[in-house]
Amino acid sequence: MIHKFKAAGHFFVLDVNSSSLHIVDELANDLLDFYPDGAGGVSELSAKYPEADLREAAGEIDALVSNGLLFSSDPFEGAEGSAFAEPVVKALCLHLAHDCNLRCRYCFAGTGGFGGGRSLMPAETGRAAVDFLLTNSGSRRNLEVDFFGGEPLMNFEAMKAIVAHARENEGRFGKKISFTVTTNGLLLDDEKTAYINEHTQNAVLSLDGRPAVNDAMRPAASGGGSYVLVAPKFQKLIERRAADYYARGTYTRENLDFTADILHLRDLGFRCISMEPVVLPPESPLSIRTEDLPAIYSEYDKLLDIMLLDDSFSFFHYNVDLTGGPCVYKRLSGCGAGSQYLAVVPNGDFYACHQLAGDPSYLCGNVKTGLTSRFETPSVNSRPKCRACFAKFFCGGGCPAAAITLNGGVSEPYEIGCALQKKRTECALALNALKAR
Amino acid sequence: MKHIQTVSKKTLQSTVRTGGCGECASSCQSACKTSCTVANQPCKKTDAPS
Repeated sequence: MIHKFKAAGHFFVLDVNSSSLHIVDELANDLLDFYPDGAGGVSELSAKYPEADLREAAGEIDALVSNGLLFSSDPFEGAEGSAFAEPVVKALCLHLAHDCNLRCRYCFAGTGGFGGGRSLMPAETGRAAVDFLLTNSGSRRNLEVDFFGGEPLMNFEAMKAIVAHARENEGRFGKKISFTVTTNGLLLDDEKTAYINEHTQNAVLSLDGRPAVNDAMRPAASGGGSYVLVAPKFQKLIERRAADYYARGTYTRENLDFTADILHLRDLGFRCISMEPVVLPPESPLSIRTEDLPAIYSEYDKLLDIMLLDDSFSFFHYNVDLTGGPCVYKRLSGCGAGSQYLAVVPNGDFYACHQLAGDPSYLCGNVKTGLTSRFETPSVNSRPKCRACFAKFFCGGGCPAAAITLNGGVSEPYEIGCALQKKRTECALALNALKAR
Repeated sequence: MKHIQTVSKKTLQSTVRTGGCGECASSCQSACKTSCTVANQPCKKTDAPS
């Protein structure tokens, strides 16, 4: 299977099964329409192009086919991701606080409570979660813990206790835990900023971009916009930060011109930026709908054009390693929700994903009792829509929680999410290909 | 080649032989939390602690 697309004025061809990427001229682009067998291409196109050029391009295509760089076979046919990976847990999302000091209009966590009462995770529960991770991660050495909420800095003392416990114990298990904190920034002060910069390997800083956009979506629980309270704190944090971070925004159908928000974040000094489409049911006034796609595609194209000229920032969804990246098991099975990745809520219960916390159908155990069930997402080749999609080895089948929330199950991916993923994949490939040549 | 410039070759085929080490980061731990993009995770094989 190949996928042809045009981006930034160039023609590209992706050989899906090998992930080989080619930049082609218009003649070769047209000629590829007659392949895989190629029959009739030269004669059909001879009115448009010189025959000698067509034969030359056909020779180039044939050589690439022979070398397995075009129309290659699927090496993963019939394979499940789990066939390649040990059944281990390697990442936990610790819900330190089912409470929040913002009242974001698009929140999937019910403004922090996840549909239940507001609560904080006791440090002891967090320590038990770390112990579970250390003893259930098999031969995996690099493990991950994300401090999440609600707003995790509402439970800062527990966070510190959990990190200290992990650092004290990881060595004897031969493990290294990488910590991420995802914060709205409202409670950041000098102490917390210094701590986060010293002890976390990644910080996800939630800010939606322009002040009016941010404040319309992210009001404080006490009322009023949060931009002016938060943006300077984030700027101060990254000034002194050596480790990774992302300024992470959400766009909705109220700011389909979200490139302006990405550029606003750039202009505030952020160098690593993520801007995620909101995931909400169609009846929500903020949800992304099919009719919004042309405007969104145009924004992604605009961002690509800007990034071809501006190296000062990276965009999370345009990061792709053309020569490496993750290997087969991840590309087949995606995020590993419910198997390699678990969310832990304040009372110690495990859920398949942070977005599914509180849903009894996705309760997988508890820090005390261990894992009682695993939730396996079918591989991309087991799902008809994914199997035929050119982006399947880039998205791993998409977000299972979005499919569950919006489709009622994981057998079909979330269609709007797929459309956006495909566009972003094209832009990511184009950006990295044009910069690499 | 005159008409086709190959930018990257066969990266997936080469991982089939080993199946991979599984050390790369979980995609939801980086920056998304509401979508899934696996291909932008860097390979961590050489980062495994000794």
